[in-house]
Amino acid sequence: MELLLLAVGTIAVGVLGCMAWFWGSNYVLDAILPPRGPNAGDNIRRAGMIRPWLFLGPAILFLGVYLVYPVLNSIWLSLFNGSSTQFVGGDNYAWLAQDAKFRESMINNFFWLLIVPALATLFGLIAAQLTDRIRWGNFGKSLIFMPMAISFVGAGVIWKFIYEYREPGTEQIGLLNAIWQSLGGTAQTWLTLQPWNNFFLMIVLVWIQTGFAMVILSAALRGIPEETIEAAVLDGATPWQIFFKIKVPQILGTIAVVWTTITITVLKVFDIVFVMTNGQWGTQVLANLMYDWMFRGTPDYGRGSAIAIVLMILVLPIMIWNIRNVRKEMR
Amino acid sequence: MEGMAGRKSTLTWVVNLAALFLVVLWTIPTAGLFVSSFRDRDQIAATGWWKSLTSSQQTAFVRTGNADDQRQDGALYVLDGNVLTEGQELVAWGTSARDPGAYQPGESADVDGATLTVAEDGAYRMESATPFEMRRGERIFVTTSSPPKFTLGNYTRVLTAEGIGRAFMNTLTVTIPATVIPILIAAFAAYALAWMEFPGRALLTAAVVGLLVVPLQVALIPLLRLHNDLNIGKGYLGIWLAHTGFGLPLAIYLLRNYMAGLPREVIESARVDGATEFQIFRKIILPLSFPALASFAIFQFLWVWNDLLVATVFLGNRPEQLVMTGVLRELMGSKGGEWEILATSAFISIAVPLLVFFAMQKYLVRGLLAGSVKGG
Repeated sequence: MELLLLAVGTIAVGVLGCMAWFWGSNYVLDAILPPRGPNAGDNIRRAGMIRPWLFLGPAILFLGVYLVYPVLNSIWLSLFNGSSTQFVGGDNYAWLAQDAKFRESMINNFFWLLIVPALATLFGLIAAQLTDRIRWGNFGKSLIFMPMAISFVGAGVIWKFIYEYREPGTEQIGLLNAIWQSLGGTAQTWLTLQPWNNFFLMIVLVWIQTGFAMVILSAALRGIPEETIEAAVLDGATPWQIFFKIKVPQILGTIAVVWTTITITVLKVFDIVFVMTNGQWGTQVLANLMYDWMFRGTPDYGRGSAIAIVLMILVLPIMIWNIRNVRKEMR
Repeated sequence: MEGMAGRKSTLTWVVNLAALFLVVLWTIPTAGLFVSSFRDRDQIAATGWWKSLTSSQQTAFVRTGNADDQRQDGALYVLDGNVLTEGQELVAWGTSARDPGAYQPGESADVDGATLTVAEDGAYRMESATPFEMRRGERIFVTTSSPPKFTLGNYTRVLTAEGIGRAFMNTLTVTIPATVIPILIAAFAAYALAWMEFPGRALLTAAVVGLLVVPLQVALIPLLRLHNDLNIGKGYLGIWLAHTGFGLPLAIYLLRNYMAGLPREVIESARVDGATEFQIFRKIILPLSFPALASFAIFQFLWVWNDLLVATVFLGNRPEQLVMTGVLRELMGSKGGEWEILATSAFISIAVPLLVFFAMQKYLVRGLLAGSVKGG
């Protein structure tokens, strides 16, 4: 109860504070540079130069402190030792280069990057195409989209029920082993089965991200001009040809967007690995490795930061690509 | 023409079936959790959830009483009792391990000169003309079926005992301010970026787009140290601030895109009429931007509610500080065997996002479409 009061209180204080800032600063500005009287023109011009910064002020402050400063500070910290007391130059990076766990994480992340966006986009495309053509399509879409609302941790629990293992030959309560056994296989502990366990973790993320891909791609498919499809039908194209030769080429741009967006999610994947295997049995990934160095035992800020910077460098190409696209659009 | 129509309806069938297959495949995992959360703890451990609607059959043996338990009934020596425990139903019984289902309920069998009868209600009666002398009771093999059993008990237990109630409140406390405050800050910034002319506007917009993809991991160590230096430490204030900062790029980007698409005439004419920028923002832009505000609110709500990383780092790991995802993680680690607790807790934690999702799906989809950076 107190907690809720605290929350409501915070909202009130936060909202009122923000309103007070925006309203108050505008009021002060108008009082100092009144948009009337002898200097009205000058005042309006000058106020017009200041006002945007009043509107942007809190946002810039937050972005600066909570995103820009940490990036710079991480770079700086990654050049120091574990307790940030001694400058060590590139030692942390040199250490990363020879660390077996780091190499394992890089390789795993590479496969995550390869497989998850590909499968999620593929399934999303199939789901979009199928559900767009049937009467109960919207209902079907909702259900495929639903995992998007489920936390990675919740998804971990859900899939734990699927990968669960019991002694071979006994009644299996994990769905995968039950199916596997009824097909004549021997029950497996899927999450320790190297290297396939990585794949079983990836499936969880594919399951979550497919809905996202489907929604975006479905909108893109609907945006394709009717005439191009009609022309193809008149020319006697089969449904397959229409899909692969007419539709897909026209939504390549959107596919790229979906792909990169999922790529970003994949790079940051943490919770799924954290709760399902915690990086054991050869499933370590960068984000979890960094967490290990930061919060397990004695924190090593130097190595943790170095891993974070590696992550940052990996998203950099996509960041630049996004910025270029937006600038092109704004022009 | 007929052949063409035939082909078309086959295709429709194939499409429907394929779609159905996909939908079922995507729904089954969640359905499994949902069903499991209502099952009895013994049943979860005994059979898969997909068998929860059929009665589960089990074969086991029970022993009759031994020589000490016999009583005399006229000229006969009798041992009697019941082979069933509550809730079970007798399907078949037998006297040897080789054929445990040899007899139907109500039938009689010969056991070493005695007559054994097991009735449908599980009552057995073993009669003999001579006294029984065995030290251990005779084995009766019974095949029983337990009817499907569903219970709300898991929910009562989890909500009252397991700390989930507390975690639920913690999660709400984290989520609500962390959703509301960034919206307000972002709305003003987005308006400035969309409708005000000033040097550096394009650069700022590009910066926001760039910040969209910064991995959270980069921010953890510096911010934790910063919070410690500022004496904010670990707690609600810190996590609210952190979520506000992390949510802002998406909020500004979404809202800017939406506001930039509003009709220019409305804003220009208001300016001509002498409205101040603040009035334009409050009376025109905010109400018109409602769909975009709703979209972002849902995103941020889902993201904060479902987050584990930021909560573990900025809120701490003491039991009374845990949010729902944190509790789930602990449960997965320590109580791997208590399936009913795990399933029920997980379902409670995903119920709220699912409700929000189904109620506001329209806005979520709109937000997704506006929020993914458009490609060349």
